[in-house]
Amino acid sequence: MQKIIKDGAIVTDDWVRLPLAEDGTVANVPQDSDVIVPLAAWLAEPQRWQSRVGRTAVWLAPDDDPAKLAASLDRLPLVAVDFPAFADGRGYSIGRLLRERYNYAGELRALGDVGQDQLHYLWQVGFNAFEIKPSQNIELALQALARFSERYQATFREPEPLFRRRVTGE
Amino acid sequence: MYRYDAIDHRIVRERVEEFRDQTRRFLAGELSEDEFRPLRLMNGLYIQRLAPMLRVAIPYGHLSSTQLRKLADIARRYDKGYGHFTTRQNLQYNWPTLESVPDILAELAEVEMHAIQTSGNCVRNTTTDAFAGVAADELIDPRPYCEIIRQWSTLHPEFAYLPRKFKIAVSGAVEDRAATLVHDIGLHVVKNAAGEVGFKVIVGGGLGRTPIIGEVVREFLPTEHLLTYLDAILRVYNRFGRRDNKYKARIKILVKALTVEGFAAKVEEEWSHLKDGPATIRPEDVAHYASFFTAPAYESLSGSPAEFAAKLAEQPAFARWVERNTRAHRQSGYRSVVLSLKKTGVPPGDASDAQMDAVADWADRFGFGEIRVAHEQNLILPDVKERDLFVLWELAKQQGFATPNVGLLTDIICCPGGDFCSLANAKSIPVAEAIQQRFDDFDYLNDLGEIDLNMSGCMNACGHHHVGHIGILGVDKNGEEWYQITLGGSQGNQTSLGKVIGPSFARAQMPDVIEKILSVYVEQRQQGERFIEAVRRLGITPFKERVYAKDH
Repeated sequence: MQKIIKDGAIVTDDWVRLPLAEDGTVANVPQDSDVIVPLAAWLAEPQRWQSRVGRTAVWLAPDDDPAKLAASLDRLPLVAVDFPAFADGRGYSIGRLLRERYNYAGELRALGDVGQDQLHYLWQVGFNAFEIKPSQNIELALQALARFSERYQATFREPEPLFRRRVTGE
Repeated sequence: MYRYDAIDHRIVRERVEEFRDQTRRFLAGELSEDEFRPLRLMNGLYIQRLAPMLRVAIPYGHLSSTQLRKLADIARRYDKGYGHFTTRQNLQYNWPTLESVPDILAELAEVEMHAIQTSGNCVRNTTTDAFAGVAADELIDPRPYCEIIRQWSTLHPEFAYLPRKFKIAVSGAVEDRAATLVHDIGLHVVKNAAGEVGFKVIVGGGLGRTPIIGEVVREFLPTEHLLTYLDAILRVYNRFGRRDNKYKARIKILVKALTVEGFAAKVEEEWSHLKDGPATIRPEDVAHYASFFTAPAYESLSGSPAEFAAKLAEQPAFARWVERNTRAHRQSGYRSVVLSLKKTGVPPGDASDAQMDAVADWADRFGFGEIRVAHEQNLILPDVKERDLFVLWELAKQQGFATPNVGLLTDIICCPGGDFCSLANAKSIPVAEAIQQRFDDFDYLNDLGEIDLNMSGCMNACGHHHVGHIGILGVDKNGEEWYQITLGGSQGNQTSLGKVIGPSFARAQMPDVIEKILSVYVEQRQQGERFIEAVRRLGITPFKERVYAKDH
């Protein structure tokens, strides 16, 4: 059990992320609990994951191509994106692609080196769940979600960019 | 110029509060140095040799007199009474304390300024032609688009953590005065055969360790697609740019790796999904931003009034200043004035609080309260009546801003170098000063004509040495400061990268070396041939032979 931020609230959570082993497989998978498996493992053994008792979700590394998950998205209860370092911003584009190009509507979770200073941007590009790194206070992180009340760009949360809303509103 | 509305104010205020909280958490030990570094850099705060350095954004180099007075006031109260104008049209403070930075930012916000994305691996301050809106050779005023890009790039949620820094420059004139070919993205406003306005999109230029001239990825992009196309370029870069080696992380390396055709194809593919989306700019949106950049209330004047012509005839020093330090204006009876921040003995680009206040006063008295910062590190008063030039000249002389050297050898572009910057291999300011002292005869300087001398204290090339007609690069040899020379670099429409002439020199040799290079030019130039043209015609060999010849 861990605490995460999901849809603007702190909730308890049972999902366990499983790493990819050196040989490209996933070892020690429990049968009945909920697990998040690497994309490569998901694509390699679709039958194995379908037959489990527990639920199975997928996590993407920054260099994974989200297009490879497109065909599976309607079967997945959760997709996670790993941020091995918070300054690695590839996951932001992955989030937008999953939401805006592949129309993924389920839980989109940010994992790894995720802290309060990233949450606002992550939310804007489509993430709605956040595993906050252990060194940070999750209550403070929750407050940071609402740090900015406006933004200029077209984002997943607000497709109409500010410049259009400005002119239309006049 | 652009004015904030309530939403712009709110966004900047919220960013100030976020940074105040980040600073507090760092000082309280809740954020590690590694965690704080990217956050503070994204807000323009470096930790330098002697103190933090705060870089304030001056969007596309535009300042109001109110803003300049605020910059002077901050220099006085939080710094040591001066600031440094940079080659990215920004201002740097060298001596603020870390604890005071949130307060400085709050004061900047009062005058519609900030330090957002002036450093870090994100989209930096967009730059443009310092003469935008007044240049005689302008096709389209680029400033409404600069502001649209500024807003698009500000706190863009997808592109806050790019592989490396990202710089965009826009040019709207015949002559490219924005160095667009050496930016991550260069945009040229162009008209197509049907008379429609669009952009030529150039990607992958840059200086630094691997200088590369940008290549055209799209000959004509209709203006309405500007932001969706920028999103496509940035997304390709964000996803596929290298992150394993910071020296290979700029977009230029990705463009080279994919080839420009391969890169363009990837961008076009990405764009096909974004094109015509909600970020498409409508004519009414352009009109909204253009409404901030209308021509001021110029008086209807005839050119060269009698009193101006008389002063030119009576006072050769004034005439020389007018010729060198003022530029043609599209409005008859007006000129743009370049205030030279390159007086000998003053670090290039530095201005004191009193000088900034004086310039703000002149902008109000002689112009429409506007000032421009040129990427050559000078200040510009864009709209001055010819009949006011003499009075302005006398005032500028008192402030040390009337050195008639704009575009000449001693108008040196120069980074802060080893005196301030922790990245530098060598000092640059003392070398600039030694060269300015050697070449202090304005008749000789004028005879030499236009020469861009650019100097960087390290290969990060903040002083744009690769595109100097004469480039100087500080290098470290066994812990000692040495200087390497390149010749033949050039910015503008004929952008080229200088070639290294040979082994580097000790600091004390530099004025002699420059003198030898110039002597070759003076001896071998043809009628009316500028220095750079002579270098192009002759190649570097005769210069090299003279400089490295054994003394007899």
